[in-house]
Amino acid sequence: MGQLRQFKLPDVGEGLTDGEILQWLVSVGDTVTVNQPLCEVETAKAAVELPSPYAGTVTELLFEAGTTVDVGTPIITIDTGGDAPAPAPAGDGAEPAAGLIGGAAPGGRTAVLVGYGPRTTEARRRPRRAVHGVPAPSSSPSPSPSPSPAPVGADYGSGGQERPPLLATAPDMTTKPVRHGGLEVGRQAEAHAIAEGAAPSSAAVPGRGRQRPLAKPPVRKLARDLGVDLTALTGSGPGGVITREDVTAAAAGPQAPAVDPAPDLTTDLTTDLVPAVAAVPSSAVPSPGERVPVKGVRKATAAAMVASAFTAPHVTEFLTVDVTRMMKLRSRTAARPEFAGVKVSPLLFVAKALLLAARRHPMVNSSWDEAAQEIVVHGQVNLGIAAATPRGLIVPNVKGADRLSLVELAAALGELTETARAGRTAPADMTGGTITITNVGVFGVDTGTPILNPGESAILAFGAVREMPWVHKGRIRIRQVTQLALSFDHRVVDGELGSRFLADVGTLLSDPRTALAY
Amino acid sequence: MSVSSATTEMVDPVPGAAAPHLPQQPDLVQLLSPEGERLEHPEYSIDVSAEELRDLYRDLVLVRRWDVEATALQRQGELGIWASLLGQEAAQIGAGRAMAAEDTAFPTYREHGVAWTRGVDPLHVISLFRGVDNGGWDPVATRFNLYTVVIGAQCLHATGYAMGLQRDGAESATLAFLGDGATSQGEVNEAMIWAASFSAPVVFFCQNNQYAISVPLERQSRVPLYQRAAGFGFPGVRVDGNDVLAVLAVTRAALAAARDGQGPTFIEAFTYRMGAHTTSDDPTRYRLASELEEWKLRDPIARVKAYLSRTGVAGPEFFDAVEAEADELAARIRSGTTEMPDPPGTAMFDRVYAEQTPHLAAQQAQFEAYQASFEGGGH
Repeated sequence: MGQLRQFKLPDVGEGLTDGEILQWLVSVGDTVTVNQPLCEVETAKAAVELPSPYAGTVTELLFEAGTTVDVGTPIITIDTGGDAPAPAPAGDGAEPAAGLIGGAAPGGRTAVLVGYGPRTTEARRRPRRAVHGVPAPSSSPSPSPSPSPAPVGADYGSGGQERPPLLATAPDMTTKPVRHGGLEVGRQAEAHAIAEGAAPSSAAVPGRGRQRPLAKPPVRKLARDLGVDLTALTGSGPGGVITREDVTAAAAGPQAPAVDPAPDLTTDLTTDLVPAVAAVPSSAVPSPGERVPVKGVRKATAAAMVASAFTAPHVTEFLTVDVTRMMKLRSRTAARPEFAGVKVSPLLFVAKALLLAARRHPMVNSSWDEAAQEIVVHGQVNLGIAAATPRGLIVPNVKGADRLSLVELAAALGELTETARAGRTAPADMTGGTITITNVGVFGVDTGTPILNPGESAILAFGAVREMPWVHKGRIRIRQVTQLALSFDHRVVDGELGSRFLADVGTLLSDPRTALAY
Repeated sequence: MSVSSATTEMVDPVPGAAAPHLPQQPDLVQLLSPEGERLEHPEYSIDVSAEELRDLYRDLVLVRRWDVEATALQRQGELGIWASLLGQEAAQIGAGRAMAAEDTAFPTYREHGVAWTRGVDPLHVISLFRGVDNGGWDPVATRFNLYTVVIGAQCLHATGYAMGLQRDGAESATLAFLGDGATSQGEVNEAMIWAASFSAPVVFFCQNNQYAISVPLERQSRVPLYQRAAGFGFPGVRVDGNDVLAVLAVTRAALAAARDGQGPTFIEAFTYRMGAHTTSDDPTRYRLASELEEWKLRDPIARVKAYLSRTGVAGPEFFDAVEAEADELAARIRSGTTEMPDPPGTAMFDRVYAEQTPHLAAQQAQFEAYQASFEGGGH
């Protein structure tokens, strides 16, 4: 037997950390020459063939095809012949000689690699020398009792003279100057998380994996502004990236900021009708990889959505509306004595606008009867409100909503919300709906393409109300703006009708006085 | 125009850019067909001796072998990255051999073939890609400037240098190398405007290898690249970049004109990058295999070998000897690469300024002291 050499998976593409062995092009016992292709490897950048750095006989393939291997890991052992030391069992003793590929290069580097990533044991940073006379690094820069006190800077260029490490301590989080504003609040939250040792999760272990939650800079800023601790969130984006929605949902959720930010439209809205987002216990969030059985409301929702999506041809239209006047009306209305006991939410006005518009366009409040080949135009509006509850999505409805006054409608919506939040919605309240509103704005999102509640012909999504630059009376003003999205069943409602209906809802919200004309 | 078509880019094929039409291009200068037949051209003729022909063949083979070995070394973890010249050997050898001793080349990061003709040691080029030095061959002694990674920047350097030559009254020229993608860079256009305005003795040698990494030529230009020169006010020539004789003839003529005070020329060497942009790239994601097969038939080395064999200028012994020399070169490159010492950590301080500043010296001393503070001695 000759000398055994191992070939470590190199970084073939500037900064890669692993690669998948697609297939081996050689087998154990094969004789290989230098640069003969050994295997095909696919990385994040390219699929490439790896040529052999050695001539010899293949003695072992260390991974099967289909395995993803970290850069720097030996993948094949080749007997290069010659009068080398007797082979050690594969594994420990097979370390190649210094200076050879895979061995330690001068300078403590692994010779196999030029790029990043694959530093293995022998390439680790050597420990700092003990510094004579200097106690363990402390956070206070105490004068060094060095036996040979030298003027500062005198040891520059003095060769091997030892001196205290330049960066002995981590920056002290607690001594940061406190400034105003959400930025500092967020920093403190981060610092707090770090100081807490923060680390039941492996994500916070320094040096292993990622210690910083993944999020784009604007999302980080949003989190700071809202006082959301990113380390406490599980990202829903690709690769676990924390998204804007995750942050706004967390801001609306039970772990809402310890610091009360200035009254803000978003939070105002979230408390309006959030049936139950806030009540969802965080423990209900499944852990990655968990398989959740489909049952109950989830099962019913799935069946209903599939039935709806694949029987009713959906069309969705969008409208952006300046709702400043509606928001003012809402404030004035809330101040009226007869509304004292009820909740006056933006949703209330959206519901009212929808009901008024539906009166002008009764066909949107209808159903397709497949068996009878008829369209059923409903005599009354049973207004459904999509609600997220601890049990899942339910759509209770307010019967005869079109015949209610505004205060009655407010009371009915309030009751519906309370009941849903408590999980006591009766089955009868969830059947017989004729048209639905889904208030996606409470989650801080702008709009969506809602799926019809089965049997209904229209559903309106109400987005977040935001302060936006808007052309108002020929000038750019900051106005309160929202987006409406209407999905309708094209078997029943044509584009013209759907558009007119949506436009009417929008007009009523942008100028509520229009209602007098309806 | 409908909404959808307004948002969809519509790009007509560039006339002459599609590979299958290459032989039909009337304006393509070709002196050696892909089958190895000698052709004549009314404006460009060349008279090469048997020895020159054999030398050109040797250059082509050795440079390709160097390139293949370097690609393998990268795949074995010995180089951080490698920019392959595979397929562009004739363009580079032809251009490099067209230069007079006093002419100066301003390369990109792929001109290994030109480096070869200027006498730069392959290991010196490789050390840059291994990351153990900063590409420190002597640009004055070799008349081969340092590799420029910033796309197109070297065109300004070449133009400025050429204007300097002009002011010195020197009878030499510069040869600026660039790729097809670089023609879209501001630097390149600025350089051409300066060169034209001052009739600078510079030749812009563009290796159109059809792709700027993954971006095809159709996205760079609506007209054949060589026609762009007319807009700047100097001649543009398209030459078969896989024909070493045509490249040699066209580049010689352009350099001679530049030295003669006739101003710049733009040469479009129409070629194809047979490999990846660099070892970090996977060309199968954006190129069709059929295109590659098409270009294999236009191999720059095969046609020279065919011509040498057919005319009896060289026989099997010569070809074997060149192969053996290539094997030796590959072995020297392999051992030379793996044995390359790591530079000391302080090497980065060496060439920041011609003379080290006190401030930098202090930094170096501080860095050395820091390194020495680790167990196990320096570095």
